[in-house]
Amino acid sequence: MKPPKLANYAPYGISLILLVIFLLVWSFSTRVPAFDPSGKSEEDMMLLEMNGDIIRDDSGSYINNPDKLSTIPGPLAVYETAVEELKDPFTKVGTNDHGIGLLVWYTLKRFLTGFLLASVLAVFLGILIGMSKTLFVALNPFIQLLKPISPLAWMPLMLYTVKDPFYTSVLVVFMASLWSTMANTAFGVSNIKPDYLRVSQMVEMNWIKRFYSVILPAAAPAIFAGLRISFGSALVAVVPAEMLLGELGVGYLSWIGWNNLDIAEVIFAIIVVGIVGFLLDYSLSKVAARYTYAES
Amino acid sequence: MSYLIVDHVSKAYPSLEENAKKGDEFIVFENVHFKIEKGEFVSMIGHSGCGKSTLLNIMAGFDQPSKGGIVLDGKETTQPGLDRMVVFQNFALMPWKTAYENVALAVRQSHPQWNKQEVKEWTMKYLQMMNLESAANRRPSMLSGGMRQRVGLARAFAAEPKILLLDEPFAQIDALTRGSIQEELLKMWETTNSTVFMVTHDVDEAILLSNRIAMMSSGPSAELAEVLTIDIPRPRVRSELIESERYNELRNHILKFLVSSNH
Repeated sequence: MKPPKLANYAPYGISLILLVIFLLVWSFSTRVPAFDPSGKSEEDMMLLEMNGDIIRDDSGSYINNPDKLSTIPGPLAVYETAVEELKDPFTKVGTNDHGIGLLVWYTLKRFLTGFLLASVLAVFLGILIGMSKTLFVALNPFIQLLKPISPLAWMPLMLYTVKDPFYTSVLVVFMASLWSTMANTAFGVSNIKPDYLRVSQMVEMNWIKRFYSVILPAAAPAIFAGLRISFGSALVAVVPAEMLLGELGVGYLSWIGWNNLDIAEVIFAIIVVGIVGFLLDYSLSKVAARYTYAES
Repeated sequence: MSYLIVDHVSKAYPSLEENAKKGDEFIVFENVHFKIEKGEFVSMIGHSGCGKSTLLNIMAGFDQPSKGGIVLDGKETTQPGLDRMVVFQNFALMPWKTAYENVALAVRQSHPQWNKQEVKEWTMKYLQMMNLESAANRRPSMLSGGMRQRVGLARAFAAEPKILLLDEPFAQIDALTRGSIQEELLKMWETTNSTVFMVTHDVDEAILLSNRIAMMSSGPSAELAEVLTIDIPRPRVRSELIESERYNELRNHILKFLVSSNH
């Protein structure tokens, strides 16, 4: 029997309710407090109005000027910023004022370049390390030493070496993507069930066939688990790399917002980073699902 | 000359005992010598630890003997190969391949000159023999234990090996399914004129299937104690078999041996 339809939607209903509650709390806690004119002389009021601290609303009475209050902008303000930003996503107004679509594209470009280059190398090295006990023991101390280093720690050295902010940011993403994939691939390859290798020996596969039709698919779940971890750290690394290098992108958008004290834009940038990351991770998980298998 | 000769094979490992001196050995089995003729079904029975699976792995080429060797069809074999297909206790199917692909892999490797259509026909023929047509496009994780071992058997038979090596093939399959797969195995063995060597610890299974049963004493230092000829005429039907006097004589003989050798 099928469960009743309503129950299928319950989790989404809960998600929606949580979102509404969050927006309400956000909205309520950032609302502009009502202006209280009591105890203020005519002169005070004039000074406040001239200063722009208070403004008249449609009915003519004084309210606090929301632009002058140093509060966090509410959801409506962020929404307005988003509408404004999304109007012309692909225009270039000035050197630092590119449309949001372009910013996402810049970030994607440096992220994917670094991630893909690192992944190819990491899978290749991981398989070599995983297949040879000697290589594993020989290289393990280096991997363990290099793994915990923050990819951003490499940045000055890279900038000094390659002298180009784009390639430096790609290299930062590269360093962030390398270790987890390499370690996981090596682990996956060295833990392939001996039975699969025995079958491949039994049916007399040559090494190329063994590599493509046994070792790679058998290690695929571990490789993809590594890729997804790397993916996360690369995404974490790309935002500060953009900020530090002043490279245009969604990460840098948040920094521009901060420099302009446009907190709504900062929040908008955060949301865009979240959405871009979610979509990328979702597509990677779809790819991974095609190449992984249920252990029998 | 016999088709397959297990020629005075011993297997020993360096001793792991506390006060073992260098060069001390732990002997799994010693001086195992027997022959299998073409078309025979020979089983090996013994307690766990007597090294029967190790012997099967040596015959398959997965393991090397400490002394002695394996001669198949006049040639000594040391490496795994398509002339000795193994049916594994835990099936050893590739979980990322469908049942069809698992069998087709062996077919392609054993007949590299075949085109796609020929591989397909041959693969389907063996899947059909094991009643697997409906499961052809499923992955192992979607199949029951019995179905998985049918795929394992189809893979082994489809490569037309000189000898099939069955390593406790029914140990992980429930008793009811086991019976019907045993019958399918017998049918397959008869129609393909194969030679089979099976390791088992199930007395009834060994009597039902075998021409001869090799009985191993208990390890360590196990030896081949006796080779018993099962002179019950075929076809053997389980329900009639358990009524027969000869069956019970043989069965009691093996059980007595197993009990007495359990030191």
